[in-house]
Amino acid sequence: MITLLEAKNITKRFGGLTALSDVSLTIRKGEVYGLIGPNGAGKTTFFNVLTGAYVAEEGEVVFNGTELPAGKPHEVVASGIARTFQNIRLFRELTALENVMAGHHIRSRANPFEILFQTRHAKEEERLITERAYELLKYVGIERFAHTVSKNLSYGDQRRLEIARALATEPQLLALDEPAAGMNATETVRLRELIETIRHDGVTVLIIEHDVKLMMGLCDRLAVLDFGRKIAEDVPAMVQKNEAVISAYLGGHATTGAAK
Amino acid sequence: METLLQQTVNGLVVGSVYALIALGYTMVYGILGLINFAHGDVLMVGALVALTVVQLLQTHAPDLGPVLTLLVSLGVSMLVCMIMGYTIERLAYRRLRNAPRLAPLITAIGVSFLLQTLAMIIWGRNYHTFPQLVSTMPLQPVAGVFITPVQITILVVSALLMVGLVLLVNKTRLGRAMRATAENHKVASLMGVDTNKIIASTFIIGSALAAVAGVMFSSNYGIAHYAMGFMPGLKAFTAAVLGGIGNLAGAMLGGLVLGLVESIGAGYIEDMSFGFLNSSYQDIFAFIILGVVLIFRPTGLLGERVSDRA
Amino acid sequence: MNELALAIPYLGKNNPKAARWVVLLIALVAPMIAISFGRSWVRILDFAMLYVLLAIGLNLVVGFAGLLDLGYIAFYAVGAYTFAFLGSPHFDIHLPFWIVLPMGAAAAALAGIILGLPTLRLRGDYLAIVTLGFGEIIRIFMNNLNYPINITNGPQGINGIDPLVLFGWDLSRPIPVTDDFIINPLFLYYYAFLICVAGAIVLVQRLQVSRIGRAWAAIRDDELAAKAIGINTRNMKLLAFSLGATFGGVSGGLFAAFQGFVSPESFSLMESIAVLTMIVFGGMGNLAGVIVGALLLSALPEVLRHVAIPIQQALFNDVLLDPEVLRMLLLSLAMIFMMLLRPAGMIPAHSRYSRPELLGQEAVK
Repeated sequence: MITLLEAKNITKRFGGLTALSDVSLTIRKGEVYGLIGPNGAGKTTFFNVLTGAYVAEEGEVVFNGTELPAGKPHEVVASGIARTFQNIRLFRELTALENVMAGHHIRSRANPFEILFQTRHAKEEERLITERAYELLKYVGIERFAHTVSKNLSYGDQRRLEIARALATEPQLLALDEPAAGMNATETVRLRELIETIRHDGVTVLIIEHDVKLMMGLCDRLAVLDFGRKIAEDVPAMVQKNEAVISAYLGGHATTGAAK
Repeated sequence: METLLQQTVNGLVVGSVYALIALGYTMVYGILGLINFAHGDVLMVGALVALTVVQLLQTHAPDLGPVLTLLVSLGVSMLVCMIMGYTIERLAYRRLRNAPRLAPLITAIGVSFLLQTLAMIIWGRNYHTFPQLVSTMPLQPVAGVFITPVQITILVVSALLMVGLVLLVNKTRLGRAMRATAENHKVASLMGVDTNKIIASTFIIGSALAAVAGVMFSSNYGIAHYAMGFMPGLKAFTAAVLGGIGNLAGAMLGGLVLGLVESIGAGYIEDMSFGFLNSSYQDIFAFIILGVVLIFRPTGLLGERVSDRA
Repeated sequence: MNELALAIPYLGKNNPKAARWVVLLIALVAPMIAISFGRSWVRILDFAMLYVLLAIGLNLVVGFAGLLDLGYIAFYAVGAYTFAFLGSPHFDIHLPFWIVLPMGAAAAALAGIILGLPTLRLRGDYLAIVTLGFGEIIRIFMNNLNYPINITNGPQGINGIDPLVLFGWDLSRPIPVTDDFIINPLFLYYYAFLICVAGAIVLVQRLQVSRIGRAWAAIRDDELAAKAIGINTRNMKLLAFSLGATFGGVSGGLFAAFQGFVSPESFSLMESIAVLTMIVFGGMGNLAGVIVGALLLSALPEVLRHVAIPIQQALFNDVLLDPEVLRMLLLSLAMIFMMLLRPAGMIPAHSRYSRPELLGQEAVK
């Protein structure tokens, strides 16, 4: 198994509060990796450190053999990690197609002069971006809404659009922050199929999710955070039996730290 | 040396006026995240209303005495400004609380110009002499430094108001609710805080302070006119940023520092620039400070708020 | 132009091609209609074109990238004064306009970069206040840099600025066609400005429908999400800001050449606010709206002068509100009420950031 991403001893503090303490984990190429834990366990904080939104006080993230720049989200995207947001953040005045096209920004080159003079390169690139964006809409299954302004899309379609936009950055690792939040059962099933397809097409997936049932079925491996510490990292079947995990979810913390 | 001391005293006086205005900016920014561009114009209205009341009292009740005249006109002007602050919040800003970021900013600019225009219609375009009810004749110099009774009054009144405001915010129920609302509207309202009422109170308190600042400003310089709020408003905002916007102590500190820098700078600008710039450039100090703070310490001297909300 | 054509009620939807011709026709014959009301109206039209140019530039900053610039007129001033320095008897330098105009644009762009660099990484509100301050600083300098060395000639301003001379053809000289038919320079300037406006529209539309226009829209709609898809938000904002400044600089140069003199008075905060109101009124981010807004509001002072005074005299036997006050009143009310009631502007239109026709038949339903 090839390691794609390795987080080493990440510690993140907010004032006096330690949100993440010494968290290390390894994501392998091609797997679906889940991150679960009770509310306030530090999942989203970890996510933000990983994608460069926060700078961790200690530790580093190694991606594809090189260290990720801290605190520079756009460079993290350039190196191949794309993310979605828990509370969907689309560009509301743009159509679905344009949202995805915006996602291609980092994989396109045309500079202002080429655009102002409409050089052949700029025109060709624009055509390619448009076509690829449309293909991605098809891929996530919302191509019929290509020209709908994104704020008018249904909730589930907005989620899909956000995934398509993230895929447009051509990531090796797709990080999804609670993608099933607010979805009904049918939508969740379809989402699961989509994630399977994405993985099948060679993109590694990292998911944070509350829906433990979905995660058990979908993920190859899981890490569990509790109070900013990693208390388990294993295949779902083993995590389910882990004592520390069970007590963390049931509220008792007598055994925290025992899982090593 | 005497110039330096003299300019320090002058700087503290101007600085405490800036501080009072800056408090209004910082309170509103702390709670709504909005730069209330109209705040400087509230100051202007405060000064002009006081002017009118003083003129009325001087003609209709000439034996009231300067102190009472001043107090009554100050009271009326505070009242008018408080009502105006509430009205502005209620009619213009409240409806835009969840609108895209630019909408409230543009509205605030519109309100600012509306106030100036209305003032121009009511009070005309001309500069008015503001009656000097507290003497502006310097007292006997101490260590070569001249200070006027009006300057002393300004220092004392603003010190009292600032202490009062700190007590209000830290010790009262209203203050606690204000801090909670600034922290998080939703949570505060879930905790039973009527956030609408709290935000309105913030505007009312800020406007009252601006009214006082306006009267002091006009008393000190002896003039009042419809556009007088613009510069002090801009500078007070600079003071708020300098201290750390959203931070009350920061606004006070920023105001004083800005007043000092400006006043001492104006005294020396000609020497510093080898005669190239003169004191008509006094106003650029505020902007230089604003630039330097934004480049090197955008959170301000005391601020802990992050510049970009993630 | 397409957007303008579509904005024409009824015709725009039913016959876009005809609508486009209508727009073109109006643009071409406008000064001829105006002259029948008097020469001053052609002059107003010329100024309106300059305002359109300014509004297009400011829209790049405010409407596309979502950055509030309250000192935009300062860039106009930089362009105008650069033109005045390099093409007037003031320093006795008379460089040709095709050198001076680009230099004014470059000076404005540079000012934009210097101003934007420290502020654009911060929250947007700071930009608003910094630009407001910048506008004032520029004005302070314009007013006071006549001592000890006379650079700007202070409040009197600079006179005798060279007119536009295109390939030896002086636009400020009337062309006598026959003895009693003379083409007024106001007409020549109108068409020169019209060409600039048309050029600006083409360039801005190219930017809008490109990776850059989409990046700006992304930053405007959700800055955090824009970062999360890899957009270097600071550079993109800086680009918008300096391009907007460039437009301001060019318009300023044209203004200086057209008017023949510049003084600090023309570059007050009120002018910045007026341009901002134009784009707010027409519709931020939407080119047709911005142009219509600029055309309508730039004629406002004149209309008020011709309309408000007689009406007031008829009603109250007196002029209670002079046109300038009335203009300020209307602009500030427009800003407030547009934001409260019609934030999308008077000309509702969806701005395009892509060209779906590139997809071919299959996707266009």
